[in-house]
Amino acid sequence: MSTNSHSHGGGHVAHHFRDAEHQFDSGKQGIWLFMVTEILMFGGLFVGYAIFHSLYPKMFAEGASHLDWRMGSLNTLVLIVSSYTMAMSIHHLQKGESNKAFTKLWITVVCGAIFMVIKAFEYSSKFQHGLLPGHLLDVAKTHAEHANLGMYYGFYFCMTGLHGLHVLIGMGLIIWLAIRTKRGEFGPDYFLPVEGVGIFWHIVDLIWIFLFPLLYLVG
Amino acid sequence: MASTTHNPDVNYLNEFKGIGSWFTSLDHKRIGLLYMVSIFFFFLLGGIFALLIRLELFSPGAQFLTPDQYNQVMTYHGAIMVFMVIVPGIPAILGNFFLPLQIGAKDVAFPRLNLASWYVFMTGALIAMSTLFLGKVDTGWTFYTPYSIKTGTAATIMVLAAFVMGMSSILTGLNFIVTTHKLRAPGMTMHRIPLFCWALYSTAILQVLATPVLAITLLLIAVERATGVGIFDPALGGDPVLFQHFFWFYSHPAVYIMILPAMGVVSEVIAAFSRKTIFGYTAIAYSSLGIAAVSFFVWGHHMFVSGQSEIAGVVFSFLTMLVGVPTAIKMFNWLATLYKGNISFESPMLFALGFLFLFAIGGVTGIMLAVLATDVHFHDTYFVVAHFHYVMVGGTLMAVMGGIYYWIPKMFGRMYNESLARLTFIFIFIGFNVTFFPQFVLGAMGMPRRYFDYIPAYESLNKISTMGSWLIGIGFFLSLYVIISAIRSGAKASANPWGAKTLEWQTSSPPPHFNFETEPVVTAGPYEYK
Amino acid sequence: MFWISSTAHAKKLMPTAATDIAYQVDNLYSFLLISSFIACAILIGGMIFFAHKYKRKSVHAKSAYITHNVFLEFLWSFIPLVIFLAVFAWGWLIFHDMRSMPKDALEIHVRGKQWAWEAEYKSGVKAANLIKVPINKDVKLILTSTDVLHSFYVPSFRIKQDAVPGRYTALWFNANKFGEFHIFCTEYCGTQHSGMIGKLHVVTQQEYDQWLEEESKFNTLPLAQKGEKLFQLKACSGCHSVKNSAVLAGPSLYKKFGTEEELKDGMKIAVDESYIRESILTPNAKIVKGFNAGVMPTFQGQLSEDELAALIEYLKTTK
Repeated sequence: MSTNSHSHGGGHVAHHFRDAEHQFDSGKQGIWLFMVTEILMFGGLFVGYAIFHSLYPKMFAEGASHLDWRMGSLNTLVLIVSSYTMAMSIHHLQKGESNKAFTKLWITVVCGAIFMVIKAFEYSSKFQHGLLPGHLLDVAKTHAEHANLGMYYGFYFCMTGLHGLHVLIGMGLIIWLAIRTKRGEFGPDYFLPVEGVGIFWHIVDLIWIFLFPLLYLVG
Repeated sequence: MASTTHNPDVNYLNEFKGIGSWFTSLDHKRIGLLYMVSIFFFFLLGGIFALLIRLELFSPGAQFLTPDQYNQVMTYHGAIMVFMVIVPGIPAILGNFFLPLQIGAKDVAFPRLNLASWYVFMTGALIAMSTLFLGKVDTGWTFYTPYSIKTGTAATIMVLAAFVMGMSSILTGLNFIVTTHKLRAPGMTMHRIPLFCWALYSTAILQVLATPVLAITLLLIAVERATGVGIFDPALGGDPVLFQHFFWFYSHPAVYIMILPAMGVVSEVIAAFSRKTIFGYTAIAYSSLGIAAVSFFVWGHHMFVSGQSEIAGVVFSFLTMLVGVPTAIKMFNWLATLYKGNISFESPMLFALGFLFLFAIGGVTGIMLAVLATDVHFHDTYFVVAHFHYVMVGGTLMAVMGGIYYWIPKMFGRMYNESLARLTFIFIFIGFNVTFFPQFVLGAMGMPRRYFDYIPAYESLNKISTMGSWLIGIGFFLSLYVIISAIRSGAKASANPWGAKTLEWQTSSPPPHFNFETEPVVTAGPYEYK
Repeated sequence: MFWISSTAHAKKLMPTAATDIAYQVDNLYSFLLISSFIACAILIGGMIFFAHKYKRKSVHAKSAYITHNVFLEFLWSFIPLVIFLAVFAWGWLIFHDMRSMPKDALEIHVRGKQWAWEAEYKSGVKAANLIKVPINKDVKLILTSTDVLHSFYVPSFRIKQDAVPGRYTALWFNANKFGEFHIFCTEYCGTQHSGMIGKLHVVTQQEYDQWLEEESKFNTLPLAQKGEKLFQLKACSGCHSVKNSAVLAGPSLYKKFGTEEELKDGMKIAVDESYIRESILTPNAKIVKGFNAGVMPTFQGQLSEDELAALIEYLKTTK
């Protein structure tokens, strides 16, 4: 996946790989497999959401009506932009333009941060209005029509929370990439970590693209 | 395929020195040994809980535990044995050590991830152990809702521990898949890899595809306990049976995560000790994949009486029958491998033959449980307990023991004491049958599982069962002694004491740090005993 | 393995079969046992035979080089498949009968709770851990649970069904033998899971009618006797012994009334009417030394004033 102290010869190739391409292919396959597990994990939540949405469509509609679709769409836009800049950074590295790549990585991080800030605004407004999961839901304050509205917010906070955690981890990884790019560790012949984190970031975006309509729009 | 090294005294065990070199080692062989020590420890712990269960059940009524203590002991026995011993067992110990050696690689694809997965595993295991001091868990290892939501004990910590250990399992699986795909030596085609590798490969696919679903399910239980979201709680409009669907969607494939590697070990040992090429290599290899594939669609056979519809029960029963076929194929192929072989009976072979014996019984009773009408009677009785112990202990643990004796010469460069090792087999094999065969009868008589107390009609068989557990206990303690004394003071082993053909025997014992002095080039299949 | 060989013998190891369906299940089970025995005889017998015959005599002896045999491999995939499908179909047929509820059956509501089975007849008669049914009559049990999962199991009838909180499940039987049969709970449900044992009593129609008649006089019983029934019905007896001072999940109530109880915080309190009332309605208010809070559920709203009085009067008599 990355360098190893026992590497023989060629800069970044670990000892047990034949060459850079062998290492790149292996690493990429590992990352894709990891993505499969991520999708399956969120998949479990999506299945649960689908089942309870079909059982309590009105309760879900009530829950969704408290969400601000404008903030959600803004966040969707922000993430799509960040996906683009992430992809661009790899493109630049392949061309050897590591300064441009560095800038693009930072734009990606900033996009992630904007996403999290908007998310924080949304969360705090939910907290203020007592729209919380399970028995924490403030029935008096929210005038909930459905007694189990807390379940919708259970799904909302679980899904967006888990997703938000992934965004934070992704931001951390991209900052690490940016630092390594600045040090000149990546170039046209070695950019596997960037490629890997890039795939992770795209999948995290993709999950949001499913979350947004399910939680905000379908209701 | 050189079997000599430049300096035969330098190997992976002594090239780096000091405790620190073990805890930071990226060498798959050393990581395998780290797992071995930790899993042996947890096995000892889980075994002590098992002996406590049997002691309590020696007679009806309370013996020395209260009902609550018994339920905790039963939970810890199950959770430790499943999550910390049998699921990681063969892949993490023997798989880590021998997958790269058998395919002619210098290491697994991601050595750092491999070490990380051990740390993740230990973190999860320690969190799980912490519940012993933080209120204890009494949910059973299955965490069925709504009991697991209502119980006042430390269930939240336990599900989070299982979540963390699941991550470790995913990382190991991912590593093995890429290793098998990408790191095979020149000439080592997929149809030339040993059957143990095929088994690990199929297992790894299951680990990667099934574990995430368990992870999210366990997380939901934690959320449910913390905030009462109500997804699994009928009082809040939730569905407790949904949990069972989610849980068994992982845990049924997990059953094959536990048994497939054992089948791989048995294939290796039987071929080596019969000095004969394995019968039906392709069939055994693909039946592993077949079992893995079908295992995702049979989870509902745990739920015939849960309230799922009749038609669901029928479909799941039918699909379960289909899993029986590849299993039968393997059994007959191993039998055919013995035919016209040149068989010797060192301990690894005894354990492999013991596996065939016990797994045959575990298999046919599995069919009885897959048949709808009989399952209604046997479900959640001691019949089920006996069945899965025949498969998990009679199958997997016999294979673990056989595999460890088989590979001790390679792992440590030393031989174990053969007559003592045979004695451990006799104790474990007889003790096992004395313990668990009466449980089939108890189940048929109607004794439910997870019972702290039972009606007097069940007493004599329970007594026999408890006495059998002492024999197993002696057998495993003796094994521990045999293994430790082999490592400390066994006679020096040659590179290939069994005359086996697979690649790991073609390097020195113990192997050098990078496994092979020169990269092996493979020109034939793994079992060419001509 | 020897016992498998004889069907008649195998059946002895099953509890008395007291319904038609139980007979059918036993027949299928006997078939499975015999075919399993044959399968094991082939596999294990073959293994022992080969192990003996091809025992290594010299390290250098050559073994045969046989890689595969398509015909044989086809046979041992196909024959098991046929057998598996046959027993699958057979099992389905019986299962279908188990799941097809008869019309005009005697319906009884059965509720699982920690840790007792409560049966309620249409006439309003309630019984705890006891279901009385007439012989040769279709009986349908409508199951649910008031707390966690339970599973209703009568070994002699070979029937089992989970009781799930928040929904109804059902099973049916038609008993053809008189007698008392065990009801077990087979889904783990906590502390007294193994103590959740009931009796299914098969009697003549006449005895059944008589029993129902007597039980419906419940409300005219003297208070203490009514309390005794309630003590069973509300599953108090699952956790509190009244015949001796044995400790179950909760403190024994044998000869308790009128004595002093030591609490967890060391305080002593007189066991009188008010203390018992409080312990039933708000069980966590005062915890007896050696026990934990949160084990006993509250009965607030589940007992009327006269039922509380009946229970208190009953406890005065446990001497």
